[in-house]
Amino acid sequence: MSDPVVAIVGAGPAGVRAAEALAQAGLRPIVFDEAQRAGGQIYRQPPPGAERPGEDLYGFEAGKAKSVHAVLSDLGERVVYRPRTLVWNVYEQRLDTLTDGGYGEQAFDRLVLATGAMDRVIPFPGWTLPGVFTLGGAQIALKAQGVSIGRRVAFVGAGPLLPLIAHQYAKAGAEVVAVLDVTPFSARARQAAGLLAQPATFAKGLYYTARNALRGGTRASGVRKLRVEGDGRVEALVWTGADGREHRVACDAVGASFGLRSESQLADLAGCRFAFDPVTRQWAPERTTAGRSSRPEVYLAGDGAGIGGADVAELQGRRAALAVLEDIGRAVDASEVARLDAALARQARFRDALEAAYPYPDHLVASIADDEILCRCEGVTAGALRDAVREKGATEVNRVKAFTRIGMGRCQGRVCGHAAAELVALERGCPVSEAGRLRGQPPVKPIPVAGGAA
Amino acid sequence: MTAAPNAPLFHRLVDRSGPTIPFTIDGVPAVAQPGDLLMTAILLNRPALRPFEFADAHRAGFCFMAACQDCWVNLADGRRVRACTTPVENGMAVVIDGGARV
Repeated sequence: MSDPVVAIVGAGPAGVRAAEALAQAGLRPIVFDEAQRAGGQIYRQPPPGAERPGEDLYGFEAGKAKSVHAVLSDLGERVVYRPRTLVWNVYEQRLDTLTDGGYGEQAFDRLVLATGAMDRVIPFPGWTLPGVFTLGGAQIALKAQGVSIGRRVAFVGAGPLLPLIAHQYAKAGAEVVAVLDVTPFSARARQAAGLLAQPATFAKGLYYTARNALRGGTRASGVRKLRVEGDGRVEALVWTGADGREHRVACDAVGASFGLRSESQLADLAGCRFAFDPVTRQWAPERTTAGRSSRPEVYLAGDGAGIGGADVAELQGRRAALAVLEDIGRAVDASEVARLDAALARQARFRDALEAAYPYPDHLVASIADDEILCRCEGVTAGALRDAVREKGATEVNRVKAFTRIGMGRCQGRVCGHAAAELVALERGCPVSEAGRLRGQPPVKPIPVAGGAA
Repeated sequence: MTAAPNAPLFHRLVDRSGPTIPFTIDGVPAVAQPGDLLMTAILLNRPALRPFEFADAHRAGFCFMAACQDCWVNLADGRRVRACTTPVENGMAVVIDGGARV
């Protein structure tokens, strides 16, 4: 009998570590990745021609990035690596793919989804102006392209990415005019004890925070409201501080986002059961510590099934691969399994403290006005959503989608989905867990009709 | 101190030597460097990537990681490409506000 076919989607830290463990066991996994080069977003590599020293790109994490980048090339023929390939559907143990305009499909016996995450977005006035990017987007501009998103840049966020990216921009020579955290500082301080369970990461956070404080530009915590002003492009960032006073800084670009959200569309299409996490206020496909989903043939690793960060993703990738091996009757090293499970449990405690330190900024959602664009793809407003709830009786986001097209645009609700659910919950006066979850639809990203779709 | 209406959005912080890649935006010649994604190449020259279909506005991309789909750009040869994942190519003719469609 031939070896089972194991497909992996994603070549970030989780995907490559899964591939490595499977290849070491003698299987020949197939790794699909949309990017040209491995690394995912956190360890994203510049395209050919734009390479720079790892220390400049990844700072403290340069060694880890280099190691992750080397995995697939070191495995050589022991893995089938399909870069520049979008997996746009999962259907009856088959993947539909698109590579450089050409369609394909791949049957699998086991599937490891390592689909990663993107920034979580909350709309604010001016957020669709050219020059406003997510924090992750601003970071990629610098990391992968060596450019800044503007000449005078302001950053807004609610999580550990904020001081990191401000530090990276300042270090690269950009003028950082404001770093605004929408989380009250007291909440962070309360959680410091919990974070110290992971001193290295915590120390890095303090390092970046302290470095930012030493530079010019405004630094503020507990920001209550914000808006970007400009005629056709960013001209200023205006915010209401913890003191209730309005502040304003001239700038030509803004990086703003509020934590991360999992890319879970393929898990949805694969039939995985989802659960609501009340701390991060997100739905995610259910998974065990070992990475097993509710579907016997599907495994989940990395940020695509709940946010844990890059180090956790590497552990989860390897652990999910060992679960695959266990489930197909291959021998695995029980002591390694125990070590991984213990490490993952430790990381989960740290993550809990981190999430609690950066609670969801409800106040920003509550202040979204009716004329605010909620659906970035098609310009549908928050008012349209409220009207669908109040006047048309929509009680959850899929119904809102049917009435308003919110979540139906090119991004498939990746950008608007969270805020839409929060707004539905506020309008109905119910917990956000009762506001529904946008169902995944194939294709999970736009694909050309002319490419020959069957 | 704000930027002029047509000033580029992006600024190169890390210069790379090597050959340049000529391309056009609405028929106007521009140059990029090897390793530039189309999004970078355009926004180093212009403040936006495309007109927004549903209102009198422009868009310049948002997530830079192939998720938000805000950066789809028209080329004069009829192709539509996602600028944050497409390398700029020699002779690419980008159409933002028209003027060069053939």
